Amino acid sequence: MKILGIDSSGLVASAAVVQDDQLLAEYTVNYKKTHSQTLLPMLDEIARMTELDLNTLDAIAVAAGPGSFTGLRIGSATAKGLGLALDKPLIGVPTLEALAYNLWGSDRLVCPIMDARRNQVYTGIYYFENGGMKTQMLQTAVNVEELAKRVNEIRRDVIFLGDGVNVYRETLEQKVGVGHCYAPAHLNRQRAGAVAALGCLYAAQGKFETAAQHQPDYLRVSQAERERAKKEEAFGEPHD
Amino acid sequence: MDREKGITILAIESSCDETAAAVVKNGREILSSVISSQIELHKIYGGVVPEIASRKHIEKINQVIEEALRQADVTLDDIDAVGVTYGPGLVGALLVGVAEAKAISYARKIPLVGVHHIEGHISANFIEHRELEPPFPCLVVSGGHTHLVIMEDYGKYRILGRTRDDAAGEAFDKVARAIGLGYPGGPKIDRVAREGNADAIVFPRAHVADAPYDFSFSGLKSAVLNYLNGCRMKGETFSQADVAASFQKAVVDVLVEHAMMAAEEYGFDKMAIAGGVAANSFLRTQMERACAKRGITFYYPSPILCTDNAAMIGAAAYYEFQNGTRSGLDLNAVPNLKLGER
Repeated sequence: MKILGIDSSGLVASAAVVQDDQLLAEYTVNYKKTHSQTLLPMLDEIARMTELDLNTLDAIAVAAGPGSFTGLRIGSATAKGLGLALDKPLIGVPTLEALAYNLWGSDRLVCPIMDARRNQVYTGIYYFENGGMKTQMLQTAVNVEELAKRVNEIRRDVIFLGDGVNVYRETLEQKVGVGHCYAPAHLNRQRAGAVAALGCLYAAQGKFETAAQHQPDYLRVSQAERERAKKEEAFGEPHD
Repeated sequence: MDREKGITILAIESSCDETAAAVVKNGREILSSVISSQIELHKIYGGVVPEIASRKHIEKINQVIEEALRQADVTLDDIDAVGVTYGPGLVGALLVGVAEAKAISYARKIPLVGVHHIEGHISANFIEHRELEPPFPCLVVSGGHTHLVIMEDYGKYRILGRTRDDAAGEAFDKVARAIGLGYPGGPKIDRVAREGNADAIVFPRAHVADAPYDFSFSGLKSAVLNYLNGCRMKGETFSQADVAASFQKAVVDVLVEHAMMAAEEYGFDKMAIAGGVAANSFLRTQMERACAKRGITFYYPSPILCTDNAAMIGAAAYYEFQNGTRSGLDLNAVPNLKLGER
């Protein structure tokens, strides 16, 4: 099983190829956000270095959200275009699951945090059992105080990671009452290697989508829809 | 499919609120043109919501491309180049088409050609008028653009005038909203105006002092709003049809005047129009009349090729391709891309 992984959900742009139990190549850049210009040249570099024939891929795994709306769409459209052109299926991997998978095998809870602006974070809570990753709390958008409360309720030590950590470190330090630490530099951001490796597991479970079906899971409606819903709530919904 | 030699282009357009793909042969023959319009989704917001547009693009783009290939009875093996709009437009919307096109081009080793959206609109004329060749002047009027240009050669444009403020189509949308017609304003004003008296109210025709070919529509828009306010303050009702017709005439008068001035000054015996507002029936008849009076041949695309579509992008991409333009894997969306820029 050979899977291409793509993640452009946040500040990091990353592409990787995993074949069964091996990472053949991974290219990760955490420097300025120009994913539209860098993602495909990065994939091309990987393909050239590993003499990869794209036709030998079994599927394309893509970090499918949450994340930056535009970033997600760049990854999605790239994956959809590849899927269409190569006639390959896609695998949508939840962004936070892939982030948590960076810390495979940890005996603590793993809690990835992405800054979601508007005083919220995208987060989820995961743990590892018998060599597999389990979900304690599905990925969602909440404020960081609420997250701290959830973590405290579980009463297990926890590792935090993700680009939201630095933004909310102070609050985490104040509110988190269980033992906690922060993942180091090489593991604490999105990596397409994790997306592709999880993609292999999803593939084994038959969790494919067609390239046409695939779309990001934003976890949030657009601002215009949100404001409209608020207005309707205020004035009462129109009835026929 | 006819296998005679030629250049077949798959074109993709997602700069605003239509997801579109087309297969075009030799720049002038449409093998297919598929448009997935989002207009209904944006109506309740009174205009295009960029984030909703982008989300719809990603949802529909593969289906639209696959349908275009199917209707043209071709596969990607038959495609010589992929053309894609990379600006101007909504950045998030453009990025969907650009990323998709790049991935297809890369995976199948098909040359990629980035296309300027407005050059696409102008090129719509080539599809319907096989005999039309540059040089010719063209009036480009849409919701986002108002340009008077001379297409000197394929890929070579000289801008004579542009709007200083609102685009013509934008003024249509704003006035339509003000008189209770809703979005999109262009076709609604066009329809209602047919029942009205275009000379009922005299709205200003703006001219820009130091740039005779430039346009300005914000003053006209304000004049309409002032007129409506005046009516309300006096407790009078206004005629929707008369306001629509009088406003439309004020816009069209200026557009036609500028276009004719350009044809005369530069000595052209042909003239083209393009863009969504080029579908306006009053603009078409007035241009036709003015051109006929001066012995100028008037070219305009049918309405379906005036509004956003990918066939026009395929036409423009063909001439870019022939000129040797090849875009790289780092092609980016350029929301404010200038006409003629490469």
